[in-house]
Amino acid sequence: MKPPPFEYHAPRDLDEALRILAGVRGKVLAGGQSLIPMLNMRLAAPAHLVDITRVASLDALERTREGVRVGAAVTHARAEREGGHPLLTRALRLVAHPVIRNRGTVVGSLVHADPAAELPAVLAVLGGSVRLARWDGARGQVRDVPAHEFFVGPMESAAGPDELAVSAFFPALDERTGHAFHEVARRHGDYALAGVCAVVTLGEDGGVAAARVACVGVGPAPVVADLTGAGAGDWALAAAALSRRVEPEDDIHATAAYRRHLVAVLAERALKEAAGLAERASKEAAGGA
Amino acid sequence: MSTRLFGEPVRRREDPRLLTGQGRYLDDLGRDALAAAFVRSPHASARIRDVDVAPALDVEGLVAVYTWEDLPERIGRPLPLLIPHPALTHGRTAHPLARDVVRHVGEPVVMVVASDRYAAEDACALIEVDYEPLTPVVGLERAVRGDALVHDDVPGNVGAHLVQEVPGADGRGAAEAIEAAPHTLAFRLHIERSASTPLEGRGVHARWDGRDLRVHSSTQTSTSVRMAVAAALGLPLPNVEVIAPDVGGGFGVKIVHPWPEEILVPWAAMTLGREVKWTEDRREHFIASAHERGQIQDVRVGFDDDGRVLGLDVTILHDHGAYTPYGIIVPIVTSTQLLGPYKIGAYRVEFSSVYTNTLQVTPYRGAGRPQGVFCMERTMDKIARHLGKDRAEVRAANLIGPDEFPYDQGMTFQDGRPLVYDSGDYPRMLRMLKELIGWDDHVGRPGLGIGLGCYVEGTGVGPYEGGHVQVTSDGRVHVSTGLTSQGQGHETAFAQIAASELGVPIERVSVVTGDTRRFGYAVGTFASRAAVMSGNAIALACRKVREKALRIAADALEADPADLEIVEGEVRVVGAPGPAVPLSTVAVLANPLRYAFDEETAKATQFSGAAPPDRPPVAEGDEPGLEGRDYYSPVRSTFAAGMHAAVVETDPDTAEIRVLRYAVVHDCGRLINPMIVEGQIHGGVAQGIGGALYERMVYDEHGQLVNASFMDFLMPYATEIPRVETAHLETPSPLNPLGIKGAGEAGVIPVSAVIASAVEDAEGFPIDRMPLSPSELYHLRLRHAGQEPGGD
Repeated sequence: MKPPPFEYHAPRDLDEALRILAGVRGKVLAGGQSLIPMLNMRLAAPAHLVDITRVASLDALERTREGVRVGAAVTHARAEREGGHPLLTRALRLVAHPVIRNRGTVVGSLVHADPAAELPAVLAVLGGSVRLARWDGARGQVRDVPAHEFFVGPMESAAGPDELAVSAFFPALDERTGHAFHEVARRHGDYALAGVCAVVTLGEDGGVAAARVACVGVGPAPVVADLTGAGAGDWALAAAALSRRVEPEDDIHATAAYRRHLVAVLAERALKEAAGLAERASKEAAGGA
Repeated sequence: MSTRLFGEPVRRREDPRLLTGQGRYLDDLGRDALAAAFVRSPHASARIRDVDVAPALDVEGLVAVYTWEDLPERIGRPLPLLIPHPALTHGRTAHPLARDVVRHVGEPVVMVVASDRYAAEDACALIEVDYEPLTPVVGLERAVRGDALVHDDVPGNVGAHLVQEVPGADGRGAAEAIEAAPHTLAFRLHIERSASTPLEGRGVHARWDGRDLRVHSSTQTSTSVRMAVAAALGLPLPNVEVIAPDVGGGFGVKIVHPWPEEILVPWAAMTLGREVKWTEDRREHFIASAHERGQIQDVRVGFDDDGRVLGLDVTILHDHGAYTPYGIIVPIVTSTQLLGPYKIGAYRVEFSSVYTNTLQVTPYRGAGRPQGVFCMERTMDKIARHLGKDRAEVRAANLIGPDEFPYDQGMTFQDGRPLVYDSGDYPRMLRMLKELIGWDDHVGRPGLGIGLGCYVEGTGVGPYEGGHVQVTSDGRVHVSTGLTSQGQGHETAFAQIAASELGVPIERVSVVTGDTRRFGYAVGTFASRAAVMSGNAIALACRKVREKALRIAADALEADPADLEIVEGEVRVVGAPGPAVPLSTVAVLANPLRYAFDEETAKATQFSGAAPPDRPPVAEGDEPGLEGRDYYSPVRSTFAAGMHAAVVETDPDTAEIRVLRYAVVHDCGRLINPMIVEGQIHGGVAQGIGGALYERMVYDEHGQLVNASFMDFLMPYATEIPRVETAHLETPSPLNPLGIKGAGEAGVIPVSAVIASAVEDAEGFPIDRMPLSPSELYHLRLRHAGQEPGGD
């Protein structure tokens, strides 16, 4: 369990990092919580590792009315502590264990694109985006990729080999909105067998204005569904319909049928909780006005 | 004997060192040593056509590459079969490096030695082995079909077959007794594989200085590794020393020896004239050490209206993997310990121990007992269910009574001695357990279940252990014993025994284990035997030292030794606060000197007037020094017992299983240190819950272990383990001077049975297969609701 030889780069600024990535076929190292075990087990053998943790500009965590922008070097633990996004915070507590959250990064988890991971689902359900940068020969160029285009497949994102994910943007929740994240994992902190992240917004009349879910562990990428009109307000019915749309697979921990069943159970729980929280938020908003 | 320290919850003295990173484990040794790594078979069954090492020869830092052909004859021989048994008619062991054939994924094929582990692994990756894959034998059902063979010369893949039968009091055999019984049941049980998975894997470091070989190994038996290494290398025993440094857990896997690496690393060190070290990595541990548990059991039982068992017939299929270095200890233990605390009318047990192309199976904490207890306790629950009786009541109807000891179960135990229980009080234990968990007050409902399980554990198997105790002229007491420590707290427990026996403060006592330079005769740490065996040996050695100390002090004090006692490290007349002689002075007087080194030793020199000039300084038959050595060798094992109960909750929708309460009543005779015993129980229960709800070794049909990492092999975290409530019963063993029984394996033994019992109670349908995942429980629900086809 020792990695094969590789060249290690530790750029000090973003341009230098992008230039290195443009010049070599390398892997980006941030928290290393997934990459280092893969190197040690020789499942990955990149010739170059580009460690971005010394790039100061990637350390930013910006909170605005529109949402939270998380820099590529921001750890799970810091985002959980300072992020101020209630759904992100809630999801981060489901990510592994404190020692892993102390090193692992939010953006790293997104780029890793594990279909059972929580953060891609959060980005997807919120309609967030990932900012990618590359060196065009003269300077850095950035593009923002929306979540639904970013998660391409299992362990596969839209980031090109010469691109660096510099930040991710998690849009703020609307008013009169509730959220929830329910999952079943074999052990506390494990990747979920299945999980459902839900966001429900009520209209001023108290009716459901929007209901979106993202499911983890039951498809090649987060399965996002708009359930705004589904089930005519019957969350159990909406959840059952959702569970028929997902495409889980068997593995050593659970059967596909069980995972499908979990989606129905967890979606109902998440939607009910999110709707309840949205109702409370609506009342508070009305009371405060 | 003073009981000041014996029986007290003394804090573990090793913990400050171990918990602050001051421990020295195998990989902390040999900074400058060359590193070994192994090319291991990626196939479960294959013939080796060719090994091409040429592509690796350019790796910078490469020192040597060895295949089986490169080994001298005595190194290349098959590894020893440690425990032969007449029923093991087809025992087979591996060669240190594969010779022509590989029989499981992970079998070592090529050994590489390089300047560091990185370079060694780089070279391993470049070596090309040409395999001709053969049909692998995976799973017990496939193995017994016998259409593919693990070893060409083992027909039907059966390594061992053993039948033991104990007729009932009326002389009838089990078949007849079951036939005649008012009620009968028949069923099949499955238990999956798991493994010891200690935090620290195995590892070996060897240094050769041209005459002497010093080997460090992360082992549970340094004395036995020493003999094995000396034999394999053809070295005289005095030229080989083996030391177990701090060892990060063993749980059984490290009692197997010699491992291929324990022979090959010292041999390479001698051949190359350099220090060589090999540290097992986690993947190697999963695929190249040992597993345990996997069994299928077919049970037939006959019983009366009260639930009393009249006849029991169990047929066990035991998967021992590709090799049998540790013999058939595991199925023997299952067969014999299955009986638990019960009087079974007539008993017949038959096992077939079969080869598969999977990792070898050797004892893991519990060593076959969890399977046996699962069988018996499932049987008790099924009887209760059949009769509509309380499960505890059915057990009570079958218990051995407190006045029936010694109780002879009529079988032969794993030590080759009769299975005779020495002491216990099982009915009282059951009453204590019911009270602790609130059995009679429990109000069940769907989704909330309670369960229980009982066991008896033969502990402290022979043949012997020894202890050496020396008091030096500074008044310190140095205790050594040959068996090893893997975190059990021996430094504390053995020091408590010595301090109590000698009447000295525990701070003055130091303990060394597992170092053949200090104590050469030992068996090892396994089978819950260390406290019983070395504890008693150390006590006996202390008694010799005490007798000598009193004799010498009696001279100095002009008193009768019978009137003396040792208190706080000083010898004085019983009850008289007058003159006292410190043990430091006694130690000086015990060793007549020519030369003085300090004020204390000056008292023992020739002009000090301490010794009468008309007698030899060391009397005939006496020895210099205040020290003693003794051994403890029991006639047979001592039998500890325990009963566990749990309350579990099952989620009606997700089928998640949560253990809400876990209660343990435990009897290991007299307690040396209740805190250490409780720690052992907590750890054991945690491993048991792992086996019940999380852990399995998943081999695919090709013999690939698909979950060979802690990502996918689900060892439970602290978050999965409930608080464990404990109560102790002490029925001293009449077999040994201290009255103690073993505790090391206790916690793990009945857990699968207990959780199955509780889940069955919560769900209302039988649980016959462990471990049980939420996914499996979900499908069981569907099956019992008639929504999914059933069958095994």
